[in-house]
Amino acid sequence: MNIVSAKLGNSLYNCVRSNLIWPLWTRSHFTYYPTSLGTGKRMNMFNAINNAMDLALEEDKSALLFGEDVGFGGVFRCSVNLRDKYGSQRVFNTPLCEQGIAGFAIGVANTGATAIAEIQFADYIFPSFDQIVNEAAKYRYRSGGLFDCGSLTFRVPCGAVGHGALYHSQSPEAYFAHTPGLRVVIPRGPIKAKGLILACIRDPNPCIVFEPKTLYRAAVEEVPTEYYTSQLGKADILRHGKDVTLIGWGTQVHVLLEVAETAKSKFNIDCEVIDLVSILPWDTITICASAKKTGRVIIAHEAPLTQGFGSELASYIQEKCFLHLEAPVKRVAGWDTPFPHVFEPFYMPDKHRCLSAINDIVNF
Amino acid sequence: MSFLRKSVHLLGSVARRQQHLKVIGGAISTAARDFSSKPSDDYANFPGAKAPFVSKLNLIQPEDYAPIPIYRVMDQDGYIADESQDPQLSREVVEKMFRDMVLLNTMDKILYESQRQGRISFYMTNFGEEASHIGSAAALEMRDLIYGQYREAGVLVWRGFRIDQFIDQCYGNTDDLGRGKQMPVHYGSRELNFVTISSPLSTQMPQAVGAAYAMKLRPDNDACVVCYFGEGAASEGDAHAAFNFAATLGCPTILFCRNNGFAISTPSHEQYKGDGIAGRGPMGYGITTIRVDGTDVFAVYNAMKAAREYVLKENKPVVFEALAYRVGHHSTSDDSTAYRPAEEIEIWNSVEHPISKLKRYMVHKGWFDETVENEYVKDIRKKVLKQIAVSEKKLKPNWREMFEGVYAEMPDHLIEQRSELEKHIEAHKEHYPLKNFEK
Repeated sequence: MNIVSAKLGNSLYNCVRSNLIWPLWTRSHFTYYPTSLGTGKRMNMFNAINNAMDLALEEDKSALLFGEDVGFGGVFRCSVNLRDKYGSQRVFNTPLCEQGIAGFAIGVANTGATAIAEIQFADYIFPSFDQIVNEAAKYRYRSGGLFDCGSLTFRVPCGAVGHGALYHSQSPEAYFAHTPGLRVVIPRGPIKAKGLILACIRDPNPCIVFEPKTLYRAAVEEVPTEYYTSQLGKADILRHGKDVTLIGWGTQVHVLLEVAETAKSKFNIDCEVIDLVSILPWDTITICASAKKTGRVIIAHEAPLTQGFGSELASYIQEKCFLHLEAPVKRVAGWDTPFPHVFEPFYMPDKHRCLSAINDIVNF
Repeated sequence: MSFLRKSVHLLGSVARRQQHLKVIGGAISTAARDFSSKPSDDYANFPGAKAPFVSKLNLIQPEDYAPIPIYRVMDQDGYIADESQDPQLSREVVEKMFRDMVLLNTMDKILYESQRQGRISFYMTNFGEEASHIGSAAALEMRDLIYGQYREAGVLVWRGFRIDQFIDQCYGNTDDLGRGKQMPVHYGSRELNFVTISSPLSTQMPQAVGAAYAMKLRPDNDACVVCYFGEGAASEGDAHAAFNFAATLGCPTILFCRNNGFAISTPSHEQYKGDGIAGRGPMGYGITTIRVDGTDVFAVYNAMKAAREYVLKENKPVVFEALAYRVGHHSTSDDSTAYRPAEEIEIWNSVEHPISKLKRYMVHKGWFDETVENEYVKDIRKKVLKQIAVSEKKLKPNWREMFEGVYAEMPDHLIEQRSELEKHIEAHKEHYPLKNFEK
């Protein structure tokens, strides 16, 4: 397997919304495991996302791409060159106002046109929470199907990045997982990101794609250049195993893959690693089948433990797989604190904490 | 129902009238500025604003600006002050305006009472604001898309939403277009281009702006978007977002504020300190602005006509403020005499009432026939009462409808939850009001 070492570049340095100058230290808590999928073009994740949006804008003349600083290419370079190619009426900056971006996107989608809206960081999605939760998610339901905003997709950079502190590191997927009517997905790399974005743009429901921003440059794969979609609501089994099921999403998947290798080589424990991919609706069938097979489940996510999405998984697995479980379902997550700056190495559900959890669950 | 059918037909004929209106100039303030601006070669080079330097310190005061005047066509006695502003509507159109206002008023009275009797769960009347609904709706085309707040039922009346459709929605029965999912008065109609109402205030505002942007990009677009909201809702962050996005992104939308003086119990002087909502338009967001007497159906009509022409020609928004008075309580959950004097309400319910004003105009024209109108009101009362009896008896949609429309297609977990409820109800049917719901 071709292992690309994750090197966090200075992508964030250029795009912080505050005036703080950050130390440019390089750190990574994971090793990137690319998905190999035949031949394609070598792309990192922002290239793949750019390629996906390029295809979407080309295929669908009604598609609009907008958000803060999207016009010049985006602070993470995801929309680079798209304004030149499709014109400033279709790819444009909005005023700096997340509730406006979300409301505007809903209106675009109400007319049947396709809206691809970017929220610059997941940490700043909360001003648009009302528009997303009360409006986007409920549009079809409350109107008896007369109106909807299904042609709407939010792209939202999320997750830890080494030095993002409180407001450039959050993983808010659980807030949205509690909202019927939304689709929430998180890619683990370029191939998945492109497939999920194209699937969400085409899906007739409002979708949120949380993109782990630490992967934008670090994750490199051979990405097929043609149009393809990745199935929504479907988890991916990345490594088969019989002893323990490890469930994660986004960057955490790579932590778990490394942990699984270590567990195998050091302790001869055979882990099954599953990328959940879709947070809502999520793939109960794949998860329960694996839990029943191994009898031991660990869920790991960067977001805080209490009411994190791991809680939903754990309680569902407990309810549906009770007789198969050999040990309590274990959650390895961020602590119930705000996401800290200098303490990030101690905050993360890193490979050492995950490995220790495997030992605990096997020896239960 | 024949009158209503005629209404739909009339809608087109009114909207088709080609008139050259010169109203808009008169409606805009000649705001006096305390500083005089010199030609642009003297301007500073800051990217954030184009303005001249001054060498004397001067705090700009709100008082330095004259309030934006209120455009009015007809005085309270029903006379047109300036003949050049007479929209010259035919008797047929004026009668439809009057009757639609009366229909709304009559339906409101009965549905308000039926809520008091516990027959529907909730209601909100439109008393005192009938002219801003009807006047604005009459100046639009059916293809124009409407986003409302909740007190715009008159727009639906003008567009031909039927009494049975209103009442079925309030009962949430099987003929409710919204499938019984929302509270009463949360109307919507795809056919009439009226986006379904939701309770969170102002959320519709940036949505209307987005819709206008998307529509602008259609080849040969000839439709605009109108977004109604109250002056209280204009305090929400979404209102700011909408004004600013509409201006910066060039959206053909009319942001129509119904300033009726109250947001539930909060009077407008506790809502803002500036010159109403109109005052925010030109200097604040760079938006063309109109302020009108919202109790004068002709003023609203003329101004909307001009606003529509402007937004479509320029691909820019208009801020439209219609001043009126909320004559009724905020809702059936509110007693407004707890925070305002009954005498004040009475003035706005008589001499200053939009229906009274239009009636006086019709009397001068010799278009008003007391007996015919009394018959009409009686007829509407009868229809509304009869419809209440019918709507009340209709079954609610099948309870499984609860799981429909969350997503375009029902996901597995909802199918699972629906069957869980099916089994539960099968075992415990005696505890559920199944007889009121379709099988």
